[in-house]
Amino acid sequence: MTARLIRSAGLALLLAGLAAGAKEPPKKAEPVAQEGIQVPKPPFTEGIFPCTGCHDGKQLKVDTKRRELAMHSEIELKHGPESRWCLDCHDANSRDNLHLASGEKVEFTASYKLCGQCHGDKFRDWRVGIHGKRTGSWNGQKQYLLCVNCHNPHSPRFAALKPMPPPTRPEDIQTKKGGAR
Amino acid sequence: MTDGKLTSLPDHADEAPGGCGLDRRDFLGAGVAAVATALTGCGTLSKEEFLQHNFRELSKEEVLSVIARLEKEYKAKYGKDVKVGTTPPMPGVIFGYALDLSRCIGCRRCVHACVKENNQSRTPEVQWIRVLELDKEEGVNLQHAEQYYNPDEVPREGHFYMPVQCQQCKKPPCVKVCPVGATWREKDGIVVVDYNWCIGCRYCMAACPYGARHFNWGEPNLPPDQVNTETHYLGNRPRPKGVVEKCTFCVQRTRKGLYPACVEICPTGSRKFGNLLDKESEIRYVLENKRVFKLKEELNTQPNFFYFYGV
Repeated sequence: MTARLIRSAGLALLLAGLAAGAKEPPKKAEPVAQEGIQVPKPPFTEGIFPCTGCHDGKQLKVDTKRRELAMHSEIELKHGPESRWCLDCHDANSRDNLHLASGEKVEFTASYKLCGQCHGDKFRDWRVGIHGKRTGSWNGQKQYLLCVNCHNPHSPRFAALKPMPPPTRPEDIQTKKGGAR
Repeated sequence: MTDGKLTSLPDHADEAPGGCGLDRRDFLGAGVAAVATALTGCGTLSKEEFLQHNFRELSKEEVLSVIARLEKEYKAKYGKDVKVGTTPPMPGVIFGYALDLSRCIGCRRCVHACVKENNQSRTPEVQWIRVLELDKEEGVNLQHAEQYYNPDEVPREGHFYMPVQCQQCKKPPCVKVCPVGATWREKDGIVVVDYNWCIGCRYCMAACPYGARHFNWGEPNLPPDQVNTETHYLGNRPRPKGVVEKCTFCVQRTRKGLYPACVEICPTGSRKFGNLLDKESEIRYVLENKRVFKLKEELNTQPNFFYFYGV
C-alpha cells in the first residue's frame, strides 16, 4: 500500500515535471503534445485531414446508425466492433477532434488520452517509456510515438512483418581465396 | 651459420657508432617487425602495430599516436575519414538493457541495423545478435530454439522470439579466460576487446555461455561505401583478420548519450536501455515493476541484460 502511494506520488511528480517542461519553449519545430511529450504527427491517410473538409455539418448530416459506409470503405473495424462505432471516438459536432467518454474533446495529436481510457496499463507504461518505441538520447531528449503510429486505431493488432534475412548456415559459407575459410 | 655470425659481428660493431642513419632502437624495432611478419604471416603488420601495448597501459600520448596511425590506415584502406574515438565511461553510469519478450516479433531489424552500425564483415556476415524462435508450448527452452527461421511473415503462430546478444556480465567468463588480458569490463559495465591485443585463441568464445562472441576467420569483407565512420577504439572500428568481436552496447553511441542502434531500429519498442544507477531511468522502471529474468542465471554470470514481460 505504502509502495503504491509512493509510486503514485512519484508519478504525480513526474507529471508535474513534464508539465513544467512543457512551459519551456520546445527546441525543435516538431509538434509538441500537451504535457510536454514530444510526438510526431498522427499518421493520417493523405488528404483526409481536416475532416471538416467534408464533415462541415452542411453537406453531410450526422448519422449515428451502424451501417455500410459509402466513404472510408478501407477502414476495417476490428477493435471490439460489437460495442463500438465511429462516433464513440470521433466527435460528431467537432469533426477535427476526438472525444473522451466524458465528452471532453481531444486533439488528434493527443489521441493517447483516448486510448488510455481503456488501456490504462499500457498508457502508464507508455508514459514512462516502457510500452512503445523511444528514440533519441537515453539521458536526454527523447522522441515518442503516438499509439496510432504503431497500432491502427481501427484494427489495433500490430501488423505482421516480413523478417529480414536469416544468418548464413556455416555449411553455406563460401570459401574464398584470401577470405573466410 | 655460426661462422657467418661470428665473422659479421665485428663488422657490425664497427659500423654501429658511425653514421649509417639507423640507431639501435630503430634497427631492433625493424628486426622485430620483420620476425613478427615472418611468424604471423601477416604481411601488413607495421613495427608500431607490433610493438603497441595493451590499450589500458597506453599513456595519453601513445593513445593519440595509435589513433592517428589507425585513422591513417583506415583512410588508405577505405578512402574515407574514419574517426576513431576513445570516449571513456561516464562517471555514475552502468548500462543496463531490457528486452520485452512479449513484444518482440522476430523481424531481425535489430540484427541488420547492428551489422550496419558496427562495421561487421558482410560476406560472410558476422552478426552480433542472434534471434531465436521458440515454442510457446515449451517456453524459454533453448533445446527448441531455431535461429534460421525464415517465413513470409513474423510472428508465426505458436512461437515467440528471443534475441540473444552479449549480456555484458558483471562476472564475465570470457574475461576470466583470456590469457592475454585483451578483453575486460569497463567501468560502465561494457565488456570490450582490444583488437590489437587479441591473439585470436578463441578461449573467450568457448567460455561464453551465450554464444555472443564472434571470430574473424578471414579478412573482414567491409565494402568502403558501407563503412560507418563514427567509431570507437574499443567498439566498431574495422577489425583485422583473426580477432574476436562482440556487442559493445554500441559504445560509440551510448557514451555520447545516444541509444544503441538496435534500440533505435526496433519497430515494436521491445528494447529498453538506460543507466542502472539512475532511479528515473526506463531500465529501472522495468526492473522494479515487471516480471524480469536473466538468461542462464544459474551460471552466476550476472548479466546486465534482462528479459521481461511487458504485459
